[in-house]
Amino acid sequence: MCLAIPARIVELEADRAVVDAMGNRFKAKTTLLPEVKMGDVVLVHAGFAISLVDEEEAKETWELFAEIDKFEKTQNKVSG
Amino acid sequence: MANTEPERVLLAHGGGGQLTNRLIRERILPSLKNDSLSELGDSACLDLESGSICFTTDSYVVKPLFFNGGDIGKLAVCGTVNDLAVAGSRPLVLTLALIIEAGLEFGVLEKILHSIGETARLNGVSIVTGDTKTVERGSADGIFINTAGIGVRLPGVHVGLDKIAVGDKILVNGTLGDHGMTIISQREGIGFESQLQSDCAGLAGLTCALFETVSGIRFMRDATRGGLAAVLNEMVENAAFGVEICEKDVPIKPAVQAAADMLGFDVLNIANEGKFVVVVSAEGADECLRICRDHALGRDAAVIGEVVDAQGVPLVELQTKMGGKRIVQMPYGRELPRIC
Amino acid sequence: MLDRIAKAQRVIEEACQAMGREITIMEVCGTHTVSIFRHGVRSILPDRLKLLSGPGCPVCVTDQGYIDAVLELTRRDDCIIATYGDMIRVPGKAGSLETCPSQAEIKVVLSSEDALQLARDNADKTVVFIAVGFETTTPATAVAVKEAAEEGVENFCVLSGHKLVLPAMRALLGGMNDRIDAFLCPGHVSVIIGAGAFQEIVDDYSRPCVVAGFEPLQIIESIAEICRQLSAGKPELKSLYGAVVTDKGNVAAQQIIEQCFDPVDGYWRGLGKIPGSTLQLKEAYRQFDAFERFGLSDEPGEDKSGCRCGEVLCGLIEPKQCALFGSQCTPEKPVGPCMVSSEGTCAAWYKYGRRN
Repeated sequence: MCLAIPARIVELEADRAVVDAMGNRFKAKTTLLPEVKMGDVVLVHAGFAISLVDEEEAKETWELFAEIDKFEKTQNKVSG
Repeated sequence: MANTEPERVLLAHGGGGQLTNRLIRERILPSLKNDSLSELGDSACLDLESGSICFTTDSYVVKPLFFNGGDIGKLAVCGTVNDLAVAGSRPLVLTLALIIEAGLEFGVLEKILHSIGETARLNGVSIVTGDTKTVERGSADGIFINTAGIGVRLPGVHVGLDKIAVGDKILVNGTLGDHGMTIISQREGIGFESQLQSDCAGLAGLTCALFETVSGIRFMRDATRGGLAAVLNEMVENAAFGVEICEKDVPIKPAVQAAADMLGFDVLNIANEGKFVVVVSAEGADECLRICRDHALGRDAAVIGEVVDAQGVPLVELQTKMGGKRIVQMPYGRELPRIC
Repeated sequence: MLDRIAKAQRVIEEACQAMGREITIMEVCGTHTVSIFRHGVRSILPDRLKLLSGPGCPVCVTDQGYIDAVLELTRRDDCIIATYGDMIRVPGKAGSLETCPSQAEIKVVLSSEDALQLARDNADKTVVFIAVGFETTTPATAVAVKEAAEEGVENFCVLSGHKLVLPAMRALLGGMNDRIDAFLCPGHVSVIIGAGAFQEIVDDYSRPCVVAGFEPLQIIESIAEICRQLSAGKPELKSLYGAVVTDKGNVAAQQIIEQCFDPVDGYWRGLGKIPGSTLQLKEAYRQFDAFERFGLSDEPGEDKSGCRCGEVLCGLIEPKQCALFGSQCTPEKPVGPCMVSSEGTCAAWYKYGRRN
């Protein structure tokens, strides 16, 4: 385990957030990350944000991040 | 008497009496107008050119009934059309059997019927005969649809699993997983907001163009339940050949991939409703690709792999993005979201 | 990416040559198992490097007794069983959640929060949340329990099958399989407990521990780092998942686990009893404990004869060495959890590796 993917916080009220993963919006709780703010990228597992993602570091080591970056610049192009 | 309660289907609408007649004449016929159907005979009598036909049947039980990019009605027509199309025929006529849950709002029924009529018109097919039944509340998810379809075989087209040979190329006409992930995104309990759209579409225009232009098409199948993985595994079952595909060549929208990643699904196992897999001789592959890409329903078409020697064990192998190799198995038949 | 992979491959190859013997690395995370298979990582590693899958799949290590307790609950029509999808097909003595004729409603949820909401929305039923998972998933359960307590949602309870990774690693090295040379440490468990938690494995057992992400590049670079350390004879703790893993971890999550749970001795499928390895709800939250509420036994069940899931989980045998693998035990008719769980070693072997 465990399946977790990075997503950006696009709505936040108390500890209830909406996160965006390539245009898909999921609900997530931020109870475990009291310090998060709007626009932060977080790692989401089982409906909870469990960590902040260091975007600079992520771009170096995480191919998914290059994709997210590309996506945020050019909406929904075909990959591969 | 003011009544804001929407009008609904009653069990009696399936009884074969007055209510059934009114349902058919007032609500079903207007959407599906054609001479054959208007006769309301027990069977449609059709004059066909002599030759051979393709004949198929399908049932539709999708939930939710309406989704981004389509609805159960559109799905029913396109699904039947596609089964006929990939078999190498020009779809001609459809039957339409409705099993309606008592309590379904007439407004909903009419929307679906309108969609069926429109989709049939767009795809050049007629609904020539039909049936309507009702079941008690709780016995159907609003409505179930069954169809049968007839298509006229295109001359000189001979496709089948037995035509596939080592060296043949494998193509898909566009991005995978769109339909299945869209349905899941609108499903109660595990739904999420998204811009995903079902790719539900009738493919006969494109498939006929391919069959009529490209020689060397060996086999074609639409990649519905079970996705690409199911089609490829069906191909190699008991075969003397295997299949190798390249992960980086399989077209998938990033949003679809991200949604699948979030839920733990494998896109290769996810249903499509506007995509087919075609196996074509190496010589015919380029033309196949060109025709697809020139067509609205094939813009993202790609060559994803080839047919190889089975070496004793016919398998579907995938070359991964990192240069590794792994097997693509036949899907279980139910994708469950996971957290682990 | 491909040149970085090639570079890592070179490091691995050199280290294997230098070591002059077989190297055994174990990963203890089911998501690593799946990722390694899905990307075909083994196919680009030298034969001398054995990558073992350990007891990292929480579904696989869930004892049969726990599954049977879940199936007991299905006989109650006053219950809603809320479960992650992972558990639906795991077999107990009398079938699985998928196959058993259930009186209880079974709902697949994506989050403990969904389970709690079900309880709020269905006052006439008791919602039992099937809480499995390692430290990555435990905080989610703890939050739901705390909220239930604060709001007074009495018709919510939790069947805790949560487990801890470190006690299992220690049990392995302490006797079950001491042939393990190093650990690929679970990236997301580390997010919660902190990379530093694995220092004790390095200190007490002199084994390299590298915390890895889940992408193929991240995995192979972590393997390269392990090989480098082994070759140099200097075992260390290193994290190559700095984007999300810190040394201390998520303190808020650790605290909330602490507030709700106590570590107790627990049974791991195939591994037997491991002290302090399972989480039980604390006294203060015992009213949300489904074992107590329904008088369910947490006694270990008996594994089916011929099933060697335990040895597979310890990395002692490969799936193909089990006589049932691929014949009586397949994904369509699984005998043990290693074949059922999408992360199970046997399922992954069957699904992605060559069949027998």
